[in-house]
Amino acid sequence: MAVPKVVGIETEYGIALRGGDPNPIAASSILINAYVNHLQRKVGWDFEDESPGRDARGFARDGSSPPEVETHLVNAVLTNGARYYVDHAHPEYSSPECRDALSIVKWDRAGERILQKSMELAESILPGDQHIAIYKNNSDGKGNSYGCHENYLMDRAVPFATIVNRVMPFFVTRQIFTGSGKVGSEVPGVDGIPFQITQRADFFEEEVGLETTLKRPIVNTRDEPHADTQLYRRLHVICGDANMAEVATFLKVGATAFVLAMIEDDVWGDRDLSLATPVPAMRQVSNDLTLKRPLELETGATMTALAIQWEYLGLARKWAEEHGCEAVGGDEVGQLVLDRWEQVLAGLETDPMTLNKQLDWVAKYQLIDAYRERNGMDWSNARLRAMDLHYHDLRPAKSLFARMSMEKLVAAEDVEEAVTEPPRDTRAYFRGRCLQRWGSSIAAANWDSIVFDLGTDPLRRIGMMEPLKGTAAIVDRLLESCATPAELLERLGS
Amino acid sequence: MPERELKKKQTTKERTDEVVEEAPATTERGDKLKAEIDDLLDEIDEVLEVNSEDFVRSYVQKGGE
Repeated sequence: MAVPKVVGIETEYGIALRGGDPNPIAASSILINAYVNHLQRKVGWDFEDESPGRDARGFARDGSSPPEVETHLVNAVLTNGARYYVDHAHPEYSSPECRDALSIVKWDRAGERILQKSMELAESILPGDQHIAIYKNNSDGKGNSYGCHENYLMDRAVPFATIVNRVMPFFVTRQIFTGSGKVGSEVPGVDGIPFQITQRADFFEEEVGLETTLKRPIVNTRDEPHADTQLYRRLHVICGDANMAEVATFLKVGATAFVLAMIEDDVWGDRDLSLATPVPAMRQVSNDLTLKRPLELETGATMTALAIQWEYLGLARKWAEEHGCEAVGGDEVGQLVLDRWEQVLAGLETDPMTLNKQLDWVAKYQLIDAYRERNGMDWSNARLRAMDLHYHDLRPAKSLFARMSMEKLVAAEDVEEAVTEPPRDTRAYFRGRCLQRWGSSIAAANWDSIVFDLGTDPLRRIGMMEPLKGTAAIVDRLLESCATPAELLERLGS
Repeated sequence: MPERELKKKQTTKERTDEVVEEAPATTERGDKLKAEIDDLLDEIDEVLEVNSEDFVRSYVQKGGE
């Protein structure tokens, strides 16, 4: 049965330090330290329960320690419930757990604000001739990619093979609205691609697998629920682009949550949308700006990416009628997702360029192509690649996106509030509130626990294995009735 | 600012058109979009670094995830 789609989104940002040591790890550390040091009290990440080597297909990669554990690097938990840290050579913001696609937009945008504030604070520390620039994109245009991962809570009872089979055609075809657009191709030996729909399609080489940094799979098998492992899995989705456009983020997460809930409730019947060759199909969809080239299915039939998306939308409407939208955040937001999904598919069908205020790839393509035409340039001109980068530039003075008056779904003041306030409807609320009130008594925190240090041994851990507990509705009264963390621990019996 | 004046005129016209019939509105909307993009294109050269070649070449990232 469909479980509530608790969702999080992790974004690795591109970073450039100009005028100084170009080491990206050092630059990322300067950036994040500048931010956390201006906060009253910083709380570090707790690595106790990390196991990114676990595979959803039932085995564990042995020997190696988790690749992302680099404890000497800055790694903080924020009062909005997010994690902000240096991951490999990038600053990464992992949003707090959210209950629906609108909340995701809000806390994802809050992440951008946090990066922007970090840049300002770093600027005041760095020597005058050094400047940090941050880009919310997924590639440097030279074959190096970094990710924007989505995470969805799922019912452990659904066989992983069923998820793979039913979500694969969706992941390949959702690119037509999730893409952030890219000038050129980064596939070795491939020329003659002036512009493509996504940043990421060039980097996928496998259908299913555990890797995220090489031989990237369309469906990732990392099995680390950060929750009760008997009840849940967390589907770790690595095939999406980082989006600037709020509508793109909203629809990417909203439609995916629908599809995963539909898989759990098994509304498929005998429909089979399996693609004959998903890996080449990823690139084919990304490279086809006409959206008209058909994809080959396993059955031998052919369908366009758009036609496949219409099928998923039809199933989603049927599922919503039969089951209601509680699992995707309630009827109100569910209806918004369905209507938006339909509007975007219809727009893509008549003329993609009508979606230039909604979708990143369309907005970027239209602007760059117009500049190219006006100046009589070839697609290989470096100025066009520079525009591609500046579209994702988080420096307000350099951002092309910021000048394009794209459609907004969340008010600026709500985003500003989400910089420090957690969502009220997941366990992120308990994490955030505890950090706000008792940060100086918290030794460390992670997704599923908080460790208190009351100055008396031993440290005390509060587990939060259920992502839907710790909400304002459940813990507000408890938190209000406790004057000290010691009282809280006593009441919880930890 | 002739372009801005043009834009304003088109907005008013678009509204009247939409009531009567939808097809011309699409063209008008297209023209309005074009005027908007033209405005933006005028700003691009202020945003781009003088040497785009250098700027693009120096943006090198390590793979992540």
